[in-house]
Amino acid sequence: MYSEKVMDHFSNPRNVGTIEDADGIGEVGNATCGDMMTFNIKVDGDRLTDIKFKTFGCVAAIAVSSMVSDMANGKTLDAATAIPKKKVAESLDGLPKEKMHCSNLGAQALAEAIKNYEENRLEKPAGSQ
Amino acid sequence: MENVYMDHAAATPVNREVVDAMLPYFDREFANPSTVYEMGSRVRQVVEEQRAKVASLIGASPEGIIFTSSGAEANNLAIKGVAFAKQKKGNHIIVSAIEHHSVLNSARFLERMGFEASFLPVDEYGLVSPGRLMEAIRPETVLVSIMHANNEIGTIEPIYELSLVCREKGVMFHTDAVATVGNIPVKVDDLGVDLLSLSGVSMGAPKGIGALYFRERTRLMPLIHGGIQESGRRAGTENVPAIVGLGKASVLAAERLGSSEDSLRIQEMRNALVSGVQEHIEHSKYTGHPEKRLPGHASFCFEAIEGESLIFMLSQGGIYANTGSACASKALKTSPVLVAIGIPTAMAQGSIVFTMNNTNRSEEVEYVLEKLRQAVGKLRSFSPIWKEKQAA
Ligand code: FES
Repeated sequence: MYSEKVMDHFSNPRNVGTIEDADGIGEVGNATCGDMMTFNIKVDGDRLTDIKFKTFGCVAAIAVSSMVSDMANGKTLDAATAIPKKKVAESLDGLPKEKMHCSNLGAQALAEAIKNYEENRLEKPAGSQ
Repeated sequence: MENVYMDHAAATPVNREVVDAMLPYFDREFANPSTVYEMGSRVRQVVEEQRAKVASLIGASPEGIIFTSSGAEANNLAIKGVAFAKQKKGNHIIVSAIEHHSVLNSARFLERMGFEASFLPVDEYGLVSPGRLMEAIRPETVLVSIMHANNEIGTIEPIYELSLVCREKGVMFHTDAVATVGNIPVKVDDLGVDLLSLSGVSMGAPKGIGALYFRERTRLMPLIHGGIQESGRRAGTENVPAIVGLGKASVLAAERLGSSEDSLRIQEMRNALVSGVQEHIEHSKYTGHPEKRLPGHASFCFEAIEGESLIFMLSQGGIYANTGSACASKALKTSPVLVAIGIPTAMAQGSIVFTMNNTNRSEEVEYVLEKLRQAVGKLRSFSPIWKEKQAA
């Protein structure tokens, strides 16, 4: 049912965990089945320097989070936000049709984390005065 | 360890003896049992012998057995067949909320055809209450269908008590016994049922064969119209090899169930698995009834993880089990059984079901426990909600 790539990312997910002093945190729930994904990011300048994720979900959801974190790491915020959902599934050599919604979740959680970072940054100058 | 197969509710291996019994009916004794010449009547004779074997396994008379293509077809025939045959008498049927899809969706189909259906709730163990059934029966009720045992949570229903209610009210009673026939002793008179479905899949017969038992003088509207095979209740040339397979599997099951040795051993393995889980895996819930359950059945929900990923992780260690998680279902819906027994959605995600039979060995249980602990631990380390759960 799943490609070898999916099984590899599922069995040995890259970047699992959380970041103590994360610059941004994104959390999305999967309304369809009640599952959940969180992304923690570290940012330096306009680049992602570290990404950690945690996922409560199916094989596809775990593999997708791992793949997204891998693809985005080291990229600029703009480039990371622009990673197309389709690209994630493609990089995993495809996902079963009924699992495509899980691939959207990964990109969404990362985008949320970046948004959260930007919100934090906007608040900061005021606080540091 | 090689493969450890603990998903016998989904399929069972076909015994070598069963395969051997079937083989001649593919090429040598291939004649159509409806033909009049000797070659055909020999096959007819064989089909009738199998009918007697299946009947004897469940303590029925051979005239009350119809061969079907599956347990699902038997359920469809029982429910639609009785409802349509009794249309003049009434238009209401009752099923439980935890029936197999073939029962639930037959009931929903009847609703679309103008019938009314009641879906009886169950308690936290999945039990149907006879008192509740009594209250649900109306003057226009023509059929009640409650399964003998549930494959997802293992619970065995109080079929005899429920049958007494139906008898008192003069309503026909059907039970889906796919999960029990071949696994525990089942006799139609002890259960007090008017109709009973069984399937080859769960008892070492090939896929594609099932049977419906009906008490004499039960009127059934056929689902498949055509020739007068199965005494006019189901048209279509008989699937002779599969029927022979079901007959042989019935004889073997009767022998196995004759001694309690096997069933005690299966129960011990199950108990070892359950106590191992309860001892070593925190935040787990044993689902279904603790005593009134199938001997080889163990089902749990593990908090903060999802069942499909658990099943895949176990299968990498050669272990095969099942889950009722929404993510594992094509419709992405939590199993209606887990919903009906009141398991919260997030917890139902962590569902796993082990079904053992006589082919399993106790070393396998040890191995499963070890791998299960590892897999649950690993998936929890990926889970964003595990820390909170653990703290709570
Ligand atoms: S997380 Fe539920 S289907 Fe993927």
